[in-house]
Amino acid sequence: MKKSFFSKQHQILITDPMGDQNPITIQVLGICSALAITTQLANALVMTLAVIFVMISASMIISILRNSIPNRIRIIVQLLVVASLVALVDQILKAFLPDASDKLSVFIGLIITNCIIMGRLEAFAMGNKLWESFLDAFGNAIGYGWILVAVAFVRELFGSGKLMGYQIIPLSWYDTMTVDGVEKSFVYFNNNLMILPPMALIVVGLIIWVQRSKNEELIEND
Amino acid sequence: MDLVNIFIKGVFIDNMIFAYFLGMCSYLAVSKTVTTANGLGLAVIFVLGITVPVNYILETKILKAGALEWLGANFVDVDLNVLSLIMFIAVVSAMVQLVEMIIEKFSPALYSSLGIFLPLIAVNCAILGGALFMQERQYSTIIEATSFALGSGVGWYLAIVAIAAIREKIRYSNVPPPLRGLGITFIITGLMGIAFMCFMGIKI
Repeated sequence: MKKSFFSKQHQILITDPMGDQNPITIQVLGICSALAITTQLANALVMTLAVIFVMISASMIISILRNSIPNRIRIIVQLLVVASLVALVDQILKAFLPDASDKLSVFIGLIITNCIIMGRLEAFAMGNKLWESFLDAFGNAIGYGWILVAVAFVRELFGSGKLMGYQIIPLSWYDTMTVDGVEKSFVYFNNNLMILPPMALIVVGLIIWVQRSKNEELIEND
Repeated sequence: MDLVNIFIKGVFIDNMIFAYFLGMCSYLAVSKTVTTANGLGLAVIFVLGITVPVNYILETKILKAGALEWLGANFVDVDLNVLSLIMFIAVVSAMVQLVEMIIEKFSPALYSSLGIFLPLIAVNCAILGGALFMQERQYSTIIEATSFALGSGVGWYLAIVAIAAIREKIRYSNVPPPLRGLGITFIITGLMGIAFMCFMGIKI
């Protein structure tokens, strides 16, 4: 019995969403709340943890209830389960991490309509047992998280020269020199474009580019 | 005059797609042709225009701290803000169901063109986002909240129709194969976002 817990099929449930079935870059799910909060790595991590928690709990609850939910109202049931979990996360963040809660503002609430959660609940947890649903939720949440962290890493490093709020680019690089009475910086500038919202989309676009040129099967033909 | 300002702010400066990335999932999935994009965009304006005022009434009469005063002096201290997420999403999904039934009954032609998109809208982040931004920005009257909702809806509509038109044309261009489809759509949306940022400097 114990052996089947980590059989080949079960491993695929976790590894697929990290690569070839990634929820963000391949399945196009959950982009809504993903991009706006990636200017800082710390925010992306908080968001990832919140999504992992909500997704795993929701998947397990729905998987347990799957045989007793009437088919016609399943969407509303799923929404209410997710909404209660998100309300819980929201309150916990407000109590213990008020700073992060302020910065993420409405985006914690928007986890409810994060299509990854609804999509996986509908496509997987409604038809599979507890353990499989747990693995699938975990894999997809991690797959979502690593894209978020990767985008936030690029944006914070190049946008403000910091990671997790600590200065990474040496301050001496920003040194200025006075030429003809005008102060000029010669060595390094922060790329302020990176902090603006549109760059998140372009960074994700580039990640998709790299991923698809490594794996030709993923290329779309339209 | 204030109403017009709120409307224009919703369309251009605080554009749902380009400034907050709300409703990106359906924006990317349903923007292959202009006709379908048009249908979904209209449905979003419609649903936003209905759900935000309803949620506004809910917020001011029930959820806000002290909002239950009309029930009697005992309820002045009650703060039901904890429940706002659950209430909002319940209202959104219920309204979407209701709107779907009403349209089906009274305008079968509109229903057949919008029909498939309506259920999708219940999980469109732009709708819930509209309700949450309404709560955060604390509009003073229901008319202001409605004006904000319509503005955001029109902004979303503009964005999805524009990207659909670009995607129809880009089929004839020589895009590098790994970027085809999703990748190039992301990058174009980013560039459009940069273009929309020029509205940010406008103070209204």
